[in-house]
Amino acid sequence: MKSSLNAQTIAAAALVAALLLLPAYSSLTGNIFILTLFTRIVILALAAVSLNLIMGYGGMMSFGHAAYLGIGGYAVGILAQEGIGSGYAQFAVALAASALFALVIGALSLRTRGVYFIMITLAFAQMAYYVASGLARYGGDDGLTIYKRSDFGGLVNLSDRVQFYYLCLACLLAVVFLIWRIVNSRFGLVVQGLRSNEQRMQAIGFASKRYKLVCFVIAGTLCGLAGALLANNTDFISPAVMYWTRSGDLMVMVILGGMGTLFGPVVGAVLYLVLEELLSQLTEYWALIMGPLLLLVVLFGRGGIMGLLGRLNRG
Amino acid sequence: MKATFWLAGAAALCLSQSALAADSIKIGFVSTFSGPTAVIGNDMRNSFELALDHLGRKIDGKPVEVIYEDDQQKPDIGKQKTEKLVQADKVDFIVGYIWSNVLLASLKTAVDSKTFLISANAGPSQLAGELCSPYVFSTSWQNDQTPAAMGLTMNQKGVKSVFLIGPNYAAGKDMLAGVKSTFKGQVVGEEYTVWPSQLDFSAELSKARNSGAEAIFVFYPGAAGVQFLNQYAQAGLKEKMPLYTAFTIDELSLPLQKDNAIGVPGAQEWVNDLPNEQNKKFVEDYRKKYPGLRPTYYGAQAYDAAQLINSAVVAVKGDTSQKDAMKAEMEKANFKSLRGSFKYGNNHIPIQNFYLQDVVKEADGQLSLKTVATIVKDDQDRFQDKCPMK
Amino acid sequence: MLLVVEQFLNGLQFGLLLFLLAAGLTLVFGIMDLVNLAHGSLYMMGAYFAATFVAWTGSFVLGALLALGATLLLGIVLELAALRHLYGRDHLDHVLATFGLILFFNEAVRLVWGPAGLALPLPSWLAFPVTIMPGIQYPAYRLAIIVVALLVALLLYLGVMRTRIGMLIRAGASNREMIGALGINIKLLYTLVFGLGAALAGLAGLMQAPILTVQIGMGENILILAFVVIVIGGIGSIRGAFIAAILIGLIDTLGRAFLPNLLRQILSSAAASTAAPAMSSMLIYLLMAIVLVVRPEGLFPASRR
Repeated sequence: MKSSLNAQTIAAAALVAALLLLPAYSSLTGNIFILTLFTRIVILALAAVSLNLIMGYGGMMSFGHAAYLGIGGYAVGILAQEGIGSGYAQFAVALAASALFALVIGALSLRTRGVYFIMITLAFAQMAYYVASGLARYGGDDGLTIYKRSDFGGLVNLSDRVQFYYLCLACLLAVVFLIWRIVNSRFGLVVQGLRSNEQRMQAIGFASKRYKLVCFVIAGTLCGLAGALLANNTDFISPAVMYWTRSGDLMVMVILGGMGTLFGPVVGAVLYLVLEELLSQLTEYWALIMGPLLLLVVLFGRGGIMGLLGRLNRG
Repeated sequence: MKATFWLAGAAALCLSQSALAADSIKIGFVSTFSGPTAVIGNDMRNSFELALDHLGRKIDGKPVEVIYEDDQQKPDIGKQKTEKLVQADKVDFIVGYIWSNVLLASLKTAVDSKTFLISANAGPSQLAGELCSPYVFSTSWQNDQTPAAMGLTMNQKGVKSVFLIGPNYAAGKDMLAGVKSTFKGQVVGEEYTVWPSQLDFSAELSKARNSGAEAIFVFYPGAAGVQFLNQYAQAGLKEKMPLYTAFTIDELSLPLQKDNAIGVPGAQEWVNDLPNEQNKKFVEDYRKKYPGLRPTYYGAQAYDAAQLINSAVVAVKGDTSQKDAMKAEMEKANFKSLRGSFKYGNNHIPIQNFYLQDVVKEADGQLSLKTVATIVKDDQDRFQDKCPMK
Repeated sequence: MLLVVEQFLNGLQFGLLLFLLAAGLTLVFGIMDLVNLAHGSLYMMGAYFAATFVAWTGSFVLGALLALGATLLLGIVLELAALRHLYGRDHLDHVLATFGLILFFNEAVRLVWGPAGLALPLPSWLAFPVTIMPGIQYPAYRLAIIVVALLVALLLYLGVMRTRIGMLIRAGASNREMIGALGINIKLLYTLVFGLGAALAGLAGLMQAPILTVQIGMGENILILAFVVIVIGGIGSIRGAFIAAILIGLIDTLGRAFLPNLLRQILSSAAASTAAPAMSSMLIYLLMAIVLVVRPEGLFPASRR
């Protein structure tokens, strides 16, 4: 582990530097779209990082993480529709609603384990999806266009591309830092201990379920933040962001980058989404390349890109 | 390795921009090119390409460059692709949009950037009403118009009561509302199904049968229309409850619906046998260029969109920065449409005829669509007074 | 009342189809501990093979039999070439790898058969409604599906409960190490089970094809339902899968049929019409959540691992 730190740290640092410099590149070349694309990537990376907290460190394979993207997004969209434009109110509601949802479904889901846990989280996310589809007042299946982005007064202007990008990036880096602190705290060590041997931890006297639940709620809340940002980025929210395939996308990003590594999900998100964009520009049959690629990563690239880098370092 | 990849990615992403800086007319085309409804997108692309062939692949002497983007039938993907076309490719026009929900999601991006958007199919009521825009035109119809024509047909045939079935998305709701706006008999029941995933209509068909209604009206575009007709025939309803449709039987679904479609009427603003010169040429050349395929109304609308763009660019002599002049020219609908000529309403939705079409068996055993009658002349949608443009 | 009977049959037919799909899934999951998302692709391939072979031979039954053989073969090849390398790996690896396979199969089908989908017309001896009770007509083909699926379920039950291979399969589902220790050629057994699962999925696909046509991606939506079924039933349990499949089929169909009217009693008609499809789709997930909260390992846990 120690020896692999180098290549991984260098990669992470290079990635962060590149992300920081991107707006400069964008304005130099006049390529606005790359900024729009990467704003989305950064937001989804934030979602992947939050999923990694429960999946990589906590061993909880949630297949319903995209639900929080929708809850956060709908909090922004519904409040905007009802004339409440304040970003403080919108984001507070987004985070609170996500936390509450995570608390309820976490308390129920954590009764199960393994594949049953995967499926019950999927079930709750699908329910959220269908509830949103039934919201006739807020567009139902078709989704809701957000005509005005969240208003944060003079603090930050979300309609300004560069400011919005840096806001998202700041959120991402703050969340990565937060997770680093959590993972290395006593709480985080207990959660990781639970992943490797729950019975032993229980025997020592830890209330395992409560630890896992707190972890689950933190991850859900953070993903709700990503949802609120995503809705602002697309000016649009629809039930589709909560569909199970989107939860699958988030899982793929985490696994691709490297589960249980701090920057793995960020790397995975960038790689997956850039690849998708490039391949879809290259050919309509992009899935024909993407599919076997995923298979190869699983068969030969254990531990995702970060794992690969680690081995590179050792080898 | 990752860093180089990222650089390569960034390089490729900006390449698409710098390489296209040459003096050309740039058109973005958003439609569905993957998944089960990709056949529709392919037909639209085929017809658009044919239109460019007919224009000599040049508009006002400038080469035309079309960038096709796949919306995967998902509103958020469509929105994202529209953003890419506007920001990265900086296109002059965006054409396409099969689905109402994809169009509604993408609309703001195009209008905010003052890029002309031409809907070659989707026609949600909002587009004709409160969301109408100087930069948005339609070469199709407003959703309600076609079913409203069908409602008139049912009145003419003396249908007293009907059971309505449609998918639960923007267009589905518009379509059923459209029938109700003109149908004078009783609407006995109304069912919405999950779109696009629900493909088994047994529950709805049973209800229709038990409702005691005299007839059924449905709206199911693409593959869902094939399934509905199959199940309707298998349930033995064909002899008992006549079916009236909008956008359910077309040249794409017909080869799969086969005999199930015979005798099922539909309404349309374009039929392949409309007697005008440009249409004859279109149908003939289409079948020549794409052997084994037949053009559809989707394609005809895409073809018209190309002609509309041509008329606008020619009017400003290739200077696409003159948006007001182009808008003024397009409002005249000054081109030879495949459906004969039409006018634009204040909301940029066509005022046009609707025809009754039927499925007939040709001499060689092939099924094809034929015009039976003109249902309405110069029909205008009923949302135009909600549009702030006068 | 007549409507209830008819909707009940619809639900039963849908449930039985789900069972065919779920049976293979639950066996593969229970015995090899493999999460196979590509099971839906096998369902799709069954339908595509059937449409091709029926058009080719001109006979519905012959084409269907050929298609069954072809899916069986495809399943075996898939197992040998890719999936057997995944045994013993993490579930997440399975999800990722087989998700990749879904993408691959969808695009491969598009390349081979084109994007338009195929038609599998019914033979005329099945394309008519039957009067099953005074006042109730029901499509003969849907009745045939019910009969065939019940027959397969029975055969499967007998096969698993009464034969030697079935015994090994049951042993494998409850204790994997054990049958290895008994000196059974476990690799061959795995390949066989996977092939059987593939054939069952193919059968579901080809039987559904004349009702739903044949198109790319047809396996994905129903796959999630099949997963719901096996999780409610308890992974590895054929009996559980059977009961859960019927339950899901009935709830889904009856919910769609009667929920709108119920909702109209409470809500305005327009709101009820839009909310009802969403709510009836939700019912099955609600059921799964309730079952798992009460019984965290499904209704019929196959093993006590």
